[in-house]
Amino acid sequence: MCYNTAMNLMQVSNGTTLAEADADDVLATADESAAREAASGPRGGAPDGRGPDESRLVDGVKAGLPLVLPALAIGMSFGVLAEPVMGAFAAIAMSVLVFAGAAQFASVSILAVGGSLASAVSAGLLINTRFLPMGLAVAPNLKGGPLRRAAEGQTMVDASWALANRGDGTFDRQIMMGATIPQGIAWWGGTAIGALGGALLGDPATLGLDALFPAFYLALLAEEMSDRAMLSSALLGAAIALVLVPFAPPGIPVVAASAAALLGLRRT
Amino acid sequence: MSTTTIWIMIALLTVGTVAIKAAGPVALGGRDLPPRATGVVARLAPSLLAALVVVDAFGGTDRTLAIDETAAGLAAAGLALLAKLPMIVVVLIAAVVTAVLRAVL
Repeated sequence: MCYNTAMNLMQVSNGTTLAEADADDVLATADESAAREAASGPRGGAPDGRGPDESRLVDGVKAGLPLVLPALAIGMSFGVLAEPVMGAFAAIAMSVLVFAGAAQFASVSILAVGGSLASAVSAGLLINTRFLPMGLAVAPNLKGGPLRRAAEGQTMVDASWALANRGDGTFDRQIMMGATIPQGIAWWGGTAIGALGGALLGDPATLGLDALFPAFYLALLAEEMSDRAMLSSALLGAAIALVLVPFAPPGIPVVAASAAALLGLRRT
Repeated sequence: MSTTTIWIMIALLTVGTVAIKAAGPVALGGRDLPPRATGVVARLAPSLLAALVVVDAFGGTDRTLAIDETAAGLAAAGLALLAKLPMIVVVLIAAVVTAVLRAVL
């Protein structure tokens, strides 16, 4: 169970938490952004180079702060799991380079039970295929030429993507990029702590830390439930994932659940 | 597992993940999505989040489904959400309920 829950590790969740004040800040910022956009028209461009409808990077960092604890805890779990398989240095390097928790857990777990290199790599990449639809979704809100867009896309992790989602099909890129910063630091630090000090730490599962992630996702989901349309997609997505878990490789159920978003074709 | 295998795995996962994350932004460029696609994108978050919740809470190892301590912790979080408690309280309740049940059962 620990393994599976940890599957979501880094790609934590939303960020409105820690203090209600944070959520209020984000909302207030969104309101200001809307006002700016109304004043200048879409794509007007603010004096400081930001888009007219964007928050500041620091707003994203603040939005991501509540994710530090879960990212740290799951990062430690990963370090503890990975160190016996690959050594501490490689475990830390993997968190820095791959930077995708669920995929890291899946790949290392396969290696740990003697699986092949091919199966470890393909499992990790399958889990990350959800970033294809997610990347298409944020693409119109990123900036610059192909290289810069590719670089900005690297900051996409589940929780930051969900935080940046405005709910109307558009995304706030500063929120996405900013929210990833504290999560990344916590993920790398957690991995290092787990890999270097794992023997002293014990199993994070005894503290119930593996329940942090689904609870965060649920809280995020609750905020999305603005109307019946969202509810129907959520229920269908959950159903698709549950049905596929017993049959499909890890990662596929979540990717397949994105098909529930196709319900959105009906409305227009 | 040889050291070489480990580093090949890390390298392939790194390159593959970078490519996957870059694909959407590079392919679409700065173009806006067509209006019909916008409706689909708006529903991606609830679809994916709901899937993450159930896979996390009910998925066991070896492709099994189970109702266990984590699921109970999630149920407690759901009640806390209905009670309009702050999010940090909601997630802590989930962890505490899960930990207590693990210790007791």
